[in-house]
This record gives sequence, C-alpha cells and structure tokens, in this order.
Amino acid sequence: MAYRFDFAAVFQHSDLLLAGAGFTLALTAVGAAAGIALGILGAVSRAWRLPLLNGLFGVYVEVIRNTPFLVQLFFIFFGLPALGVKMTEWQAAVLAMVINLGAYSTEIIRAGIQATPRGQLEAAESLALTRLQAFRHVVLRPALARIWPALNSQVIIVMLGSAVCSQIATEELTFAANFIQSRNFRAFETYLVTTAMYLFMALLIRQVLAWVGRRFVIGRTR
Amino acid sequence: MSLVKLTGVHKHFGTNHVLKGVDLAVEQGDVVALIGRSGSGKSTLLRTINGLERIDEGELLVDGAALHAGQGDLRALRQKVGMIFQQFNLFPHLTVGENVMLAPTVVKRRSKAETEALAREMLDKVGLADKFASYPEQLSGGQQQRVAIARALAMQPRVLLCDEITSALDPELVSEVLAVVRQLAREGMTLIMVTHEMRFAREVGNKLIFMHHGRIHESGDPREVFADPRTPELANFIGAVQAH
Amino acid sequence: MLVQFTTWDVIRNLLEGGKWTLALSLIAFVLGGLVGLLILFARIARNRALQAFAKGYIEVFQGTPLLMQLFLVFFGLPLIGLDVSPWFAAALGLTLFTSAYLAEIWRGCVEALPKGQWEASESLALNYLQQMRHVILPQALRIAIPPTVGFSVQVVKGTAVASIIGFAELTKTGSMLANATFQPLLVFGLVAAGYFALCFPLSLFAKRLEKKFHVAR
Repeated sequence: MAYRFDFAAVFQHSDLLLAGAGFTLALTAVGAAAGIALGILGAVSRAWRLPLLNGLFGVYVEVIRNTPFLVQLFFIFFGLPALGVKMTEWQAAVLAMVINLGAYSTEIIRAGIQATPRGQLEAAESLALTRLQAFRHVVLRPALARIWPALNSQVIIVMLGSAVCSQIATEELTFAANFIQSRNFRAFETYLVTTAMYLFMALLIRQVLAWVGRRFVIGRTR
Repeated sequence: MSLVKLTGVHKHFGTNHVLKGVDLAVEQGDVVALIGRSGSGKSTLLRTINGLERIDEGELLVDGAALHAGQGDLRALRQKVGMIFQQFNLFPHLTVGENVMLAPTVVKRRSKAETEALAREMLDKVGLADKFASYPEQLSGGQQQRVAIARALAMQPRVLLCDEITSALDPELVSEVLAVVRQLAREGMTLIMVTHEMRFAREVGNKLIFMHHGRIHESGDPREVFADPRTPELANFIGAVQAH
Repeated sequence: MLVQFTTWDVIRNLLEGGKWTLALSLIAFVLGGLVGLLILFARIARNRALQAFAKGYIEVFQGTPLLMQLFLVFFGLPLIGLDVSPWFAAALGLTLFTSAYLAEIWRGCVEALPKGQWEASESLALNYLQQMRHVILPQALRIAIPPTVGFSVQVVKGTAVASIIGFAELTKTGSMLANATFQPLLVFGLVAAGYFALCFPLSLFAKRLEKKFHVAR
C-alpha cells in the first residue's frame, strides 16, 4: 500500500510553526549581533596581540571551533548549573550561539583586519590619528566589507545549527516541529515543511545581511 | 632656525644599513627635491621625517622639537608634517569630503561645520570642489592624488612630504598633479619631495639632494647641480634618467 | 536500581561512544567525498540540467539544518518501505550533507584556476574529459587538500547531531551518562575533550597544509 501524504495535518499547526520560526529568527538576530561584537573584540585582541586577551581568545577560538555546538549547548545548560550558574533554556541557547559565533567571527574578522593594506595605516598615521582612531575610522569598515560574505555564511550556519536548541527545550522552530509530529504522527511531512521553512529563512537572512552590508558596511551601492 | 633639521641620522633594516649618517637642514619655504637610484635611501629618509620610520641614531628636529620614540611626540610632529604617498592611500569607504575632514575632526576635534568649510576650501585649492561627495574609486588617479594633497593640507602642516607622488600615474595625468604642487611652492609651502621628474625638480626646487648608498652624495641649487654635476655618480644618474 | 559510576567507568563508556563517532565520521567523509565528486562533476558539467540539479542540491543541503536532513532520512525511508536503524540513517544523512559541502569547496578550487589553463588545453585540442583529467583536476586537487582536511572537522562535529535520532555515539553516550551520574559538568567536559582530541589535530593539519601551499605558490 502506497503511503499517502497528509500535509493538512501539518498546516493546521501553522501558527505554532510560524511562532517557532519567529523565535528562531529572534534567537539568530540576538546571537549574530552579540556574536559579531564579540568577534570584533576578539579579532582586535588577536590582530594587535593585546597582552592576555590575545592568548585567551586564541584558546577560546580553538576550543569552540573544535567541539560540536550541541555539546557546547549541553555543557552550558546542564553542566554550568553544577557551578551555580543557572539559566533558562532561552538564555542558554543565546549564550551558546553568541559564544559559538564569537569564535568563528574572531577568526573571520581578524583575517579582514590583517588584510588592510599598509598604505592605509601609513596614511592614517601620517594624519596623526591614534591607533584606536585609525582602527575605528580607517580599518574597521573596509575590514568588515572584505569579509562580509564569509560572516554572512557563518550567521546562516549558526541559524541552522540552532535547530539543536530544541534538545534543551528552547521553543524555537524545531521544537515546534517535534511537538507537532508528536501530535499528528506525521513526522515526515512535518519535518519536510519545517525544512522548507529553514531554507526560506536561510535565503531571507542572506538577502537581509547582503542589504545591511551594502547599506551600512561597504559604504556605497555599486 | 631650520624648520627640519637632521643630524647624523642612521637607519638599519635588519643588516641593511640604509641611512649612513645624513645631515640635512630645510628652511621655511624651501622646496627640496630628493633624487637617487632606487635603494639609495631617499624614500626612507623622507619617511623618517614624519616618523613612519624610526631613526636608529642621530637627531631629528622639526620646528625646533626633537623627535623621540614616544607616541604623543610623534602625533604632535605629524600634525606639523603632511605626507603624500605614491599610491594616494585615500580611504575607499569614505567620500572625498570625508577623507579630507577625517583628521581635522578626530585629531584636532574641530566642529563639523568648521571642518567642512575647511575641506571645501582645500578641495577648491586642488580644483576638485565639485567632487566633495564622490568616492575615491570614481576619480582618476590624478584626481585621487589631488584629493590626497587636499587631505594633507587640511591639517595645516608646516611642511609637506611628497613620496614619488606622480610615479603611479598615467603620463597624461602627471601634469595636473604637478600643477598643484607648483602652486603650493609658489605660495611658500615648504616641500620635501622624492621625485623622478627631473625637469620639475629643476624648475620648482631650490635645493637638490642626490642620495647615493645611504648618504647625501651631492647637493646644491638644482640648476647649477644639473648643469655641472661634480661627482661621476650624479653625472651617471642624470645621464641614465635623460636617456630614459 | 542505582549503579555507582566511577570516573573510569564514565571514561570507558565515552571511549566506546567515541569509537562510533569516529566510525560514523570516517564513513560520512569517505562516502560523502565520493558522492561529492559526482556532484562536483555535475556542477561543472556543460550540461545545463546537470548544473542546475547540482546547484539546487548544494543549495538545499547548505541551506537547511543537518538535524532536519537526518530527520527526513530517518522518518522518510520507512515510508518507502525501508526500515532503517539510526546508524544507517545517520550514515546516509551525513554522507549527503558532506557531499554537498565538499562539492562546493571543490568547485571553488576548480574555478580558482586561471582561465588560461582551460584555453591553453583547449587550444591543444584536448576534449572536455581530457582537459579535466590531465590539466584541471590535477591542479585543483592540490589546492583542494587544505580546505578538504579543514572540512573533515565539520564532519566529526556534525556526527554529534546523530545523537538526536538516537544513535549512540559520543554525545548520546554523554547524555545518558550525565543523567545516570548526576555529574553533567564532568561528563560534558569529557565529551567536549573527546571531540577536541579528534578535531584539533585535523585543524592544525589543515592550517599547516594551507601555509605550506601558500609558501609553495
């Protein structure tokens, strides 16, 4: 007997799916903003070899990039309470995403900073700008512009990775899907629809970030 | 008192001894042309004068103040010494106006209205008043270099250093940049320039310095020196440049 | 019934789980590489339909969560009458995931070659397959090695997601132990250390290859 697809069983829960998607996007937005900010701090610490911070960020980057996000999430949510650090599933999810993206963006942004042509620094120097002024006005924006596509991809990877936050019961899109398929027993259809929603969100984020890049980072539209 | 004074300046890059005891005095209103083969130390000499290269030995005085290694020192110096680069080094993410306004705003903390007026004045001086809102990549090389000059002038420096500022330009764009420099010289700006434009050096300069193997090999009034070089090295160099 | 776990018991169990992580990683990487090669050929083929298929394939796998891919395999195959174990579903899902990423990485390497290489080999009257075999692939292979090794780290980390469909690899073993021992900090710390021990050498190796290549060029 051939299997009959039943997507209506999924769509009757579309409010749950949409709410879940909204939470996933919100999670991503907060995670991306804070993660990139952390990445800028890390990148400067590494590129300028700031004492102490350079070493700390170096270890942090390697630890995060060489362990799975799911394990980082479990460590934060299940492990840290043993040290007295308790948090809600939302806080744990956001923290894990920020920490994860922070590590990757540290390396990405550092590459952008280190690709600054020497002449740009010399011009800033010869105009009597301090190192910090030169960084803020001359180095940062072109550096971000240089690596914006890579950063964009990494944000999407983090958004997709947030699906596993359902495992600590953060009520994002995958959590909603798990709940729905436990009700309608239509796992395949439910996850197929959910997958399509993730794909759509990935394309959406790519467009939005490309627009943000053109508008605020690269400086002028070509 | 000399505006710029170098005494016994030495500079090494690793084992390479680039400047081997240079003495040089530049007076207010001088237009100094630094010439020499590549590797003779002429660019390094220029770059020491605004601290892009630290000197290893000797003394460097600008406007009476000695330059030591400290950061604050250097920044005070750089407000008096403008620099123009071979590759323009405009900031690509800023408009022409923003390029010129950046340093007066963040270094001198002048008001926005004041710096904007200043920037417009300087751009007008180099003939690019209408490019205020353009981005560097929309300009020709010659225009970009003129913006770089305006950017340096906006800091109201006592002396302007020019490091082969026409070498990266297509031949037909050289003259518009030289015209601006000529005008600055006429207005009494103190200029120190590394250049390959011998005719320009002779026409505009009042001091010629020929660098050879890290030393000032010969110097004097450009017209006299060109007409009658005293050392075979300079004679050779002039011959090679003219044959070219 | 309460079983007392010593730290050694925890480590022993985690090592057991770690073996499965390693096995799954190897399978996904090797099979993913083979499938990825096919996708690569489709992606750079002259046939428009093949190109479009490969592009869509890559787009879908790079644009959706690995967890969803595993779910769809795990819940989808039974619908066509195949009863699959978590082990099989994880291996298949990760293979597909890996193939898409590797195909895209390798496409970048092929396209990084100067146009002159294609033109020169074409002017020597080599046909498409001959160009590929003798000129393009040998060169692309060289520059593909560092990012490929680098991506193996993503594969190892990706296997952790297989724990969610019930495959008892390192992370799943860790979750069970954390529940049984009430020592989540220790257990997940050890789990993380296990992944780090697998991934860090690969990362270092990739970085070294990259440096070596840059110097060689």
